[in-house]
Amino acid sequence: MSAVIDNHGHAHGGAHDDHGDHGHHPSGLMRWVTTTNHKDIGTMYLWFSFAMFLVGGVMAMVIRAELFQPGMQIVSPEFFNSMTTYHGLIMVFGAIMPAFVGFANWQIPLMIGAPDMAFPRMNNWSFWLLPPAAILLVSSFLVPGGGAGVGWTMYAPLTTQMGPGMDLTIFAVHLLGMSSIMGSINIITTILNLRAPGMTLMKMPLFVWTWLITAYLLVASMPVLAGAVTMTLTDRHFGTSFFNAAGGGDPVLYQHIFWFFGHPEVYIIAIPAFGVISQVIPAFSRKPLFGYASMVYATSSIAILSFMVWAHHMYVVGMPVAGQLYFMYATMLIAVPTGVKVFNWVATMWKGSLSFETPMLFALGFLFLFTLGGFTGLVLSLTSVDVQLQDTYYVVAHFHYVMVAGALFSAFAGVYFWFPKWTGKMYDETLGKIHFWLSLIFFNITFFVQHFLGLAGMPRRIPDYNLQFVEFNQISSIGAFGFGLSQLLFLYIIIKAIKSGEKAPQLPWDGADTLEWTHLPTPAPYHTFENPPFVK
Amino acid sequence: MSSASASVIDANRQLLKKLLLVAVMMFGVGYAMVPFYEQMCRIAGIRDVFRSDQPALSNTQIDLKRNVSIEFDSNTQRLAWTFRPLDRHVEVHPGAVTQVMYEVRNTLDRPVTGQAVPSYGPQRAGQYFKKLECFCFQQQTLGPHETRLMPVVFVIDPQLPEDLGTITLSYTFFEVAGTQKRPG
Repeated sequence: MSAVIDNHGHAHGGAHDDHGDHGHHPSGLMRWVTTTNHKDIGTMYLWFSFAMFLVGGVMAMVIRAELFQPGMQIVSPEFFNSMTTYHGLIMVFGAIMPAFVGFANWQIPLMIGAPDMAFPRMNNWSFWLLPPAAILLVSSFLVPGGGAGVGWTMYAPLTTQMGPGMDLTIFAVHLLGMSSIMGSINIITTILNLRAPGMTLMKMPLFVWTWLITAYLLVASMPVLAGAVTMTLTDRHFGTSFFNAAGGGDPVLYQHIFWFFGHPEVYIIAIPAFGVISQVIPAFSRKPLFGYASMVYATSSIAILSFMVWAHHMYVVGMPVAGQLYFMYATMLIAVPTGVKVFNWVATMWKGSLSFETPMLFALGFLFLFTLGGFTGLVLSLTSVDVQLQDTYYVVAHFHYVMVAGALFSAFAGVYFWFPKWTGKMYDETLGKIHFWLSLIFFNITFFVQHFLGLAGMPRRIPDYNLQFVEFNQISSIGAFGFGLSQLLFLYIIIKAIKSGEKAPQLPWDGADTLEWTHLPTPAPYHTFENPPFVK
Repeated sequence: MSSASASVIDANRQLLKKLLLVAVMMFGVGYAMVPFYEQMCRIAGIRDVFRSDQPALSNTQIDLKRNVSIEFDSNTQRLAWTFRPLDRHVEVHPGAVTQVMYEVRNTLDRPVTGQAVPSYGPQRAGQYFKKLECFCFQQQTLGPHETRLMPVVFVIDPQLPEDLGTITLSYTFFEVAGTQKRPG
């Protein structure tokens, strides 16, 4: 416990050398297994999510390779179905969500002046539930019948008929859900109880606010998913008939329960991304965030509205017109707070002293492409249009614009932004910019054309297609291979920076003004804020 | 956490309990949606296939000028029953009460419970097809090798659009899960 923290800024050159002098914890592998340190756990979350990102990415490559040509070339239809299923599940639950929990673990205590998370041991558990869940997901390919080819939404009645791979998937979802709920409880408690003196709720950095709201969404929606998959499990093995038509159940009921979780889930992914962007854009505009209070209220209203619009995913199940109209108008209402946020980000840059390092580039990429994805979402919210576009590639394009160019770009922005604080090293700025431009260009090559495929009527989740879709599919596949390879560059940049990066300056970004930059040395020592700072 | 005072630890525990309670309650909310949607569908009249249609016909007069052709279809879904209508086809006047019979036989050595689910072709004819009595309103349990004749009593609503001259009524029998004893 040697790290003496200078809580009054200008800490570089301070008396702490953090090599091997906090010897109270085990070393080697056991250090990581037993750690309760929020920085260690945050690091593990980020590496885990990157590993899962590569696994899910390989699955996406299989999908795009099969779709390069019409007809069946590479994989069987069953295997293709399981690829789309596990690509979705792994990217949502294994890559994007753990990545933002990793950011939360690293950043929330640093940004509110807390020594650690509120429940460090539970934090360790939250992380270590993830690898078994990942093993369950991947091992479902090895059981008879192979992986479950049901789509990431796991709709009944397909799920009640699948082989044992489905059971492994259900148990994996249970573990992932438990991990998320524990992590969220930890985050809420940390934010509400462990803020430094003077750090009122409305002085918190927006990243912390977005995570507070997200954590509430998780606590309220994850158990509903756990319930839905548990019902599927008991339908499969214990003779219940929740979704089984023969016993008086209803498969449409599954969709209602699933999307009651599923729509908040998309904001669980998007809102922390908004938080990262709300830190990065002011830092590189050298201006405070425009409309801080309206950002807080807009994020909260998005969160509340997200529980009221679930059935816009299921316009074609045979809802009454009144129901369709309600869900259509409620969905369109979400565009208002989202528009407030986009306006505020743009207004933050207005007359700012802008510079365009890699984090800012990714934030701008987010701003343009997330907004585009939001617009296609608005198109899909129209019942009359959605009846045509339901389950086409237009939907695939829409949600990849918000998930990849939204959440993933924001995660990249966050990694490049906080990397110097975490490691004390600078990444290679030129390579970072190349990574951004490759990602941006290949992303659009992959997904922009999918709008046209969807409008022309190409259905999603089908391994074969009509001949008129060949050109757009080939463009999309080439883009996907390029996008996949570009992410290996990201891995190279990170490893190179850790191994031989230049020493980071105390404040690498002029405009960054949150506690971790102003009150802590770079890199952040192993133990921070054991004596809380006072926030004016 | 050495610097955290006892009061903070206490407050943390309190919050942990409350949030865990919320999580457990939301798990219950998922299950509470099952009866909730059942009631919603009943009120809205959606998917109410297991209940007799009230003969709330605005005009109970038989429309003798019109003939409608009704075809009967029968299927089983992973169920070792033979299931067939005695008549494949009848001609009826809209408004006339008609009875047809289906025959079902259990080919297994054990009792089996099944549930028939009706559907209509074309689908929009369904709302004009009023079943007053149907074996599909209850689950049917057949003993080993039992054969049973089962009636369907129906009226075609005289409001039936002019362009619908033929309606197909199709039943699919499913085995009711959980009623069969698993071996071992």
